[in-house]
Amino acid sequence: MEMIPHVAKARRRANPYLDLGSYDPEADLMVLNLGPQHPSTHGVFRLKLYLDGEIIVKVVPFVGYLHRGVEKLCEKLTMVQLIPIFDKNDYVSPMMNEQSLVMAFEALLGIEVPRRARYVRTLLAELQRIASHLLWLGAFAMDLGGALGGGSTLFMYCFRERELILDVFEDLTGCRFHYNTHMIGGNRHDVPAGWATKVHAAINAIETRLPEYETFLITNDIYIERTRGVGVVDGQLSMDLGITGPVLRAGGVDHDLRRDAPYHCYDEIEVRVATATAGDCEARAAVRMAEIRESIRLVRELIDNIPEGPLGARKPIKTPLAEKAAKGHAYAAVESPRGELGIYVIGGGDNKGASPYRLKIRSPSLHVLGCLPYILPGHSVSDAVAVLGSVDPIMGEVDR
Amino acid sequence: MNPWLRGLIYAVVVINVFLTITAWSIWFERKFSGRMQSRLGPTFYGPMGLLQPVVDGIKLIQKEFLIPINADRLLFVIAPPLTVVLALGTAAVVPFGADIIAADLDIGVLYLLALGSLTIIPVWMSGWSSNNKYAMLGAMRAVAQGVSYEIPLVLASLVPVILAGSMSLSDIVRFQIKHGWFAFWPPGPGFFAFLFFLPASLAEANRIPFDIPEAESELIAGVSTEYTGMGFGLLYLAEYLHTLVISAVASVLFFGGWDGPFAPGLHWMVLKTLGLFAGIFWVRWSLVRFRSDQLMSICWRYLVPGGLILVMSAGLWVHFHRGSG
Repeated sequence: MEMIPHVAKARRRANPYLDLGSYDPEADLMVLNLGPQHPSTHGVFRLKLYLDGEIIVKVVPFVGYLHRGVEKLCEKLTMVQLIPIFDKNDYVSPMMNEQSLVMAFEALLGIEVPRRARYVRTLLAELQRIASHLLWLGAFAMDLGGALGGGSTLFMYCFRERELILDVFEDLTGCRFHYNTHMIGGNRHDVPAGWATKVHAAINAIETRLPEYETFLITNDIYIERTRGVGVVDGQLSMDLGITGPVLRAGGVDHDLRRDAPYHCYDEIEVRVATATAGDCEARAAVRMAEIRESIRLVRELIDNIPEGPLGARKPIKTPLAEKAAKGHAYAAVESPRGELGIYVIGGGDNKGASPYRLKIRSPSLHVLGCLPYILPGHSVSDAVAVLGSVDPIMGEVDR
Repeated sequence: MNPWLRGLIYAVVVINVFLTITAWSIWFERKFSGRMQSRLGPTFYGPMGLLQPVVDGIKLIQKEFLIPINADRLLFVIAPPLTVVLALGTAAVVPFGADIIAADLDIGVLYLLALGSLTIIPVWMSGWSSNNKYAMLGAMRAVAQGVSYEIPLVLASLVPVILAGSMSLSDIVRFQIKHGWFAFWPPGPGFFAFLFFLPASLAEANRIPFDIPEAESELIAGVSTEYTGMGFGLLYLAEYLHTLVISAVASVLFFGGWDGPFAPGLHWMVLKTLGLFAGIFWVRWSLVRFRSDQLMSICWRYLVPGGLILVMSAGLWVHFHRGSG
């Protein structure tokens, strides 16, 4: 691994007394396999840590334990059949997966989505962002505080609040988790009567409880001790590694697809992008907390202004006909809670062209894991867990 | 009565009472944490889940006690019982009433601290003998933490000893009955000694926020990673036993032990002990944990110098107070 200058700087900041050049990694270090079965690797992720005492000297991440061959499956199933499968990629924010997929297909097929459907999609995306960040907050607290301690208390609280959003989704789609609510060219489920009231109630409940969580974790002295200056991913490193999302923004790079490459109806509303400069675990957490608040504001703005009109482009497309499937290629990306979730698709595959010829998922979680070998050396094992929690990887999305 | 017979009876009573209280304190903690987390806690067995400890015990006894293939068998097997024995041993000198004490030693405080520091050894034994890297890391953390926090613990315990002029726990209580509880009188040394005693003893007992030896989000379960069945059960029991004894000792040293109006001394002592116990749970279920180097720095940079100042101020207070009075 070559040393990029700013990485060397970050390492010195992490542990000024550690001379990484003096180690022979094969000879005098203890090798600890953190994972794939481990309480805090957020699934089946494996970190091979070379330790000197408790200080990490070298890190090798391993992925692929959750590989299910989704991209290969995409070449066999038709486009419509793929949508429910994509719910299972990033299982913490299924809405985003569906949206990125249908947006890529719509771009490929040249289908215009009506305004009402775009509004509903934006609304669902923002609600999903709140739910996803709430789950992250609970899991991060548990990484820091343990499953049998203060962390689990916040975890329970966050799940209680996430439940409100899942209830709202259930009212709309009939499912709590794997919604299958997006179609190519529109949405499947129209907003039921009285739904806006329920959304308002859920959002208000979450907003009133956010300060409590901040007292519980974010402003706690022990938490600040554990996270300040830990695992610094500065903006340059993020850009070198293709990291997007809150990790990039916490490093001082003001980049958000919702504002910089608007999709859905983000060009009609103002998105205030939260950034921080420190790039450490604390900054990442602060950015995510600000994003929860921003999403709450956006949901409030959207929920009462859903325009009238059709929810689908025409009669709902059940199976795109072969002659409709264009031979071209398309890329569509959404700002998922973890960063830029992009789908690149080449049309005209099997099933008389109703399947993609090739589909590539650009998942933000995979890119974010790339930073671990650069930022972890010099930290201790406890910090490795904190950093892993703060970058919020979802293994289903990493391995596909 | 034959002193040997008397000792045996007391030992049986202490062991049974403490083990029973500990078992139901686990129920209490689960219920308490459940309510804190907007859950119900145990509900299935008995009214309000009161039979949960029995069911847990049966489950743990039924389970196979696995010994890892490359483990040091002897150390691996004797470490958990030894942990419990040491934790129970400390319970012997805790007075629960004017006459309710198994062994009223003249050097009760010294005995307590000595046994308390010995508990590091079985922890290290279990961590080393497991032949597991997580257990090993946990054991190393436990030893570093135990040895370091021994010092502020001793310094904080010295304050009541100096003020009361005795190392016997029952003498310390009698002194407090006469002159007021040390947590409130004399103003200063006693209260701050309590504030030092609590974190130091939490660190000794490996409770959050000082539970880094078994930090389950980092080290899976620390020293008890490889233990199954009753081996794990004993380690778990010892942890709660330790916490219970700490609460009892803290209420004796700083809150006047069995002293209190309107009710028999035993009631007051139990009330104070359980109150502190609940306080420790409260802390446990609200805080995240420190990192191990931060823990060391808290101990050596703040608690040890602060403890020395406390001991000195207690000495000065005794000197001038006795000198004038």
